[in-house]
Amino acid sequence: MKIKLIAFGIAKDILNTQKMELDFEQEGLNIHYLKEHLLSNFPEFAKLRSLAFAVNDEYQEDDFLLNDRDEIVIIPPVSGG
Amino acid sequence: MSRNPEVPKSQNPNIDIQIIATPLLPQQCIDFIQDGGAGGQAVFIGTVRNQTKGNKVIRLEFESYIPMAIKELRKIAEAVFDKWDAFKIAIHHRVGVLEVGEIAVVIAVSTPHRKAAFEACEYAIDTLKETVPIWKKEVFENGEVWVAAHP
Repeated sequence: MKIKLIAFGIAKDILNTQKMELDFEQEGLNIHYLKEHLLSNFPEFAKLRSLAFAVNDEYQEDDFLLNDRDEIVIIPPVSGG
Repeated sequence: MSRNPEVPKSQNPNIDIQIIATPLLPQQCIDFIQDGGAGGQAVFIGTVRNQTKGNKVIRLEFESYIPMAIKELRKIAEAVFDKWDAFKIAIHHRVGVLEVGEIAVVIAVSTPHRKAAFEACEYAIDTLKETVPIWKKEVFENGEVWVAAHP
């Protein structure tokens, strides 16, 4: 399954890019799996106050199942206002 | 408490949400919320402070995942109508580079009586700060920090 990650704020700094494509061999992956993958490849994420993910412009929980060609937005701690 | 229960949410004429890269104009928000039935109007203006914990701020840089930010701001506006007897609400947020003293956000809400106006306005800015995908980076003389990123 191929997914596209889009990063903002400090997440963009950690990945050193705003957009990244990932290709996983397994199917049936969820947000939790993606989070663990990011944490192990980019340990800086573990230092953040929070780490959320959005698909289709909605926050999604750990158990949200990913589909091939999903675009997933990494939402580090927000600081609007 | 919604005054427009039948209007599709995306077309509610009592909600004005904008995320723009040009200077905000509070008067536009105030003009939007005018309603003959309103006895009270509350306006919150968030501005760029010149220091944080004693460190001199040079500028702020705001970025946003705009489609989702608009959606989340709309949810906040709709929650205001659910919780309080409000007529209209405007929420404008700026993105890009802001100098000290510039306006980052304006929230304006009109209600029949003043208590609801204060409460709704405070609820809106407090919730915006928790849920809306907007991020600000503080730029100091000796470095820069994504605000609230680390505990």
